[in-house]
Amino acid sequence: MAILDVTDLTTRFRTDDGIVKAVSGVSFSLDKGKTLGVVGESGSGKSVTFLTLMGLVDKRHAEVSGSVIFDGDEILGLSSSRLRNIRGKRIGMIFQDPMTSLNPVKKIGWQLEEAVMLHNDVTKDEARRRAIEILKEVEIPKADTRVDDYPHQFSGGMRQRVMIAMALINNPEVLIADEPTTALDVTTQAQILRLMTKLQQDHEMAIVMITHDLGVVAELADDVLVMYGGRVVEEAVVDDLFAKPEMPYTWGLLGSLPRLHVTSERLEQIPGQPPSLLHPPRGCAFNPRCAYAFDRCREELPELRAGAVGVDHRFRCHLADEDRARIWEAKKATLEREGSAA
Amino acid sequence: MVQFLIRRIFWAFFLFFVATIITYIIFFVIPSDPAKIACGTHCTPEIIAHVRKSLHLDLPIYQQYWIFLWNLLRHGSLGYSFANGASVDSIIKQDAPVTASLVFGGAIFWLSLSIPIGILSALRPRSVLDRGAMLFVLVGISAPAVWIGLILAYLVGFKLGWTPIAGYCNLIPGSGVASCSGPAQWAYHLILPWLTFMFLFAALYVRLIRANVMETMSEDYVRTARAKGAGSSRVLFQHVLRNSMLPVVTILGMDIGLALGGAVFTETVFNLRGLGQELISAAGRDDLPVVVGVVVFATVAVIIFNFIVDVAYAWLDPRIRLTT
Repeated sequence: MAILDVTDLTTRFRTDDGIVKAVSGVSFSLDKGKTLGVVGESGSGKSVTFLTLMGLVDKRHAEVSGSVIFDGDEILGLSSSRLRNIRGKRIGMIFQDPMTSLNPVKKIGWQLEEAVMLHNDVTKDEARRRAIEILKEVEIPKADTRVDDYPHQFSGGMRQRVMIAMALINNPEVLIADEPTTALDVTTQAQILRLMTKLQQDHEMAIVMITHDLGVVAELADDVLVMYGGRVVEEAVVDDLFAKPEMPYTWGLLGSLPRLHVTSERLEQIPGQPPSLLHPPRGCAFNPRCAYAFDRCREELPELRAGAVGVDHRFRCHLADEDRARIWEAKKATLEREGSAA
Repeated sequence: MVQFLIRRIFWAFFLFFVATIITYIIFFVIPSDPAKIACGTHCTPEIIAHVRKSLHLDLPIYQQYWIFLWNLLRHGSLGYSFANGASVDSIIKQDAPVTASLVFGGAIFWLSLSIPIGILSALRPRSVLDRGAMLFVLVGISAPAVWIGLILAYLVGFKLGWTPIAGYCNLIPGSGVASCSGPAQWAYHLILPWLTFMFLFAALYVRLIRANVMETMSEDYVRTARAKGAGSSRVLFQHVLRNSMLPVVTILGMDIGLALGGAVFTETVFNLRGLGQELISAAGRDDLPVVVGVVVFATVAVIIFNFIVDVAYAWLDPRIRLTT
């Protein structure tokens, strides 16, 4: 049963230089208690998609269309007062940089209590008790004294725990995590991810994990959306995506993953830059960087379609099924050869 | 904290010496004869020589400076006016309340205008209000104080007759030389000078506040607050304002400190016998002790207000408390 059902979500920003097509016709659905990984480079529209559905894009400059059904109700275009009852209560959100995401002049406790008191009719004392409780739950040592500290007295990893605590304090049904581990060092990343998995089970919530790190996706996600140039270019169950990616951009992403047992000197990279969303290329947004692009790719936008594998695995590519199968087999063989040569 | 205070006090003394020494040097460089002016119109060269000796003007500059320092440190006295022998201490004691009334009242006026306008134009950039405010800012920055003061005195004071054109009344009865007194008269006489200050400073502050609020609005923690479900007024008052007021506090402290040293133009236009007017007339008659007295007062005012800014900063921003 889907808790979040997004159809044809589109976000355009009016700027002085023209219209930026940040998100174009994104659809997906998220089931209760599941984890959706959303992967893509910077500027692929992954963050804007979720800021849009939370109503957090600047209305004065943004044009939004499509549909977002949350727990059976349309929430796109809801008045900001109605939307506020959902934000922070039924959908929590955490952001990339814990160093700047907490108000530097307010105590941690104050910021947590604010989250409680915005949505619940409780006294300050009860809110404080709840704040300490949730800090303990995200494994912050000496929670009952640290609640009176300011953000700058916490390390980056601890601050991200506080952010998670703040997002979870009202037991939301969905947690949107926008690159929650990108700004942290590797050991802290692992701790935060483990904590999130544990909390997901305790709170029975669905998680949207926005990331550019396929490793995180492989570890946590049930389903994956790959985004490029403001569009979904491939969607699949996580195992299918890693076993048989169906389009060249995803191949590039997998090829650029560092592998421990591989000794080749350089990581593979996708040549070129992400497309401009102000003046996107004609046809497939990936065609200027795609090694397999042909005339049709430069003219016509490929539809999101299912291939031979099944209806749940969909992708945008004009290449014929047998061509893609052949190219992927060859690519996989190269990747494995490099692996076994080590 | 102790180390911070010691450093502060050291800097205060350093500033004090630099300011007073420069004042002495400037006076020494200007070709003038204060003794002649002090003596009056019917003076024989013998009397002038006598006056020069009694005012220590025959001594080299470093000895004159030394005498000033000695009097200040040993007797706590800023000396006596060359022109009329009045004690500089009492002159400053008399003038300071006038200037202080002008500056603090003016600050309340300009802040109560610029804070709401600055915030509103930041929240609605490019709106009619924002563009109107920017026009006001341009006029305020471009117009000289004298001009604004004269226009106000002419229109409001003379043509409309709503306020006095010039003059000052004591806030507390019997506390100064002015002939009238009482809070109502005091404020009534100061409305135009305050408005002049408001036009001058509000312009700068609207710009400053607008820029800071806009910058703070785009901070990550403001997005966090909105993601928590906080409404726009809560976001503004609880999350944006305190953070965006930090730079404003700095500038405000500097402006008040400087203005206390003499709001020369405004005081002249409205004939307020404050430190600014005193400084101008003393400079005109080469009355070194009075000029130095005002400089000392201004230096101390700037130092004190810088200190207040630091304390206010530490109170507003917990990150600073740790490092001081």
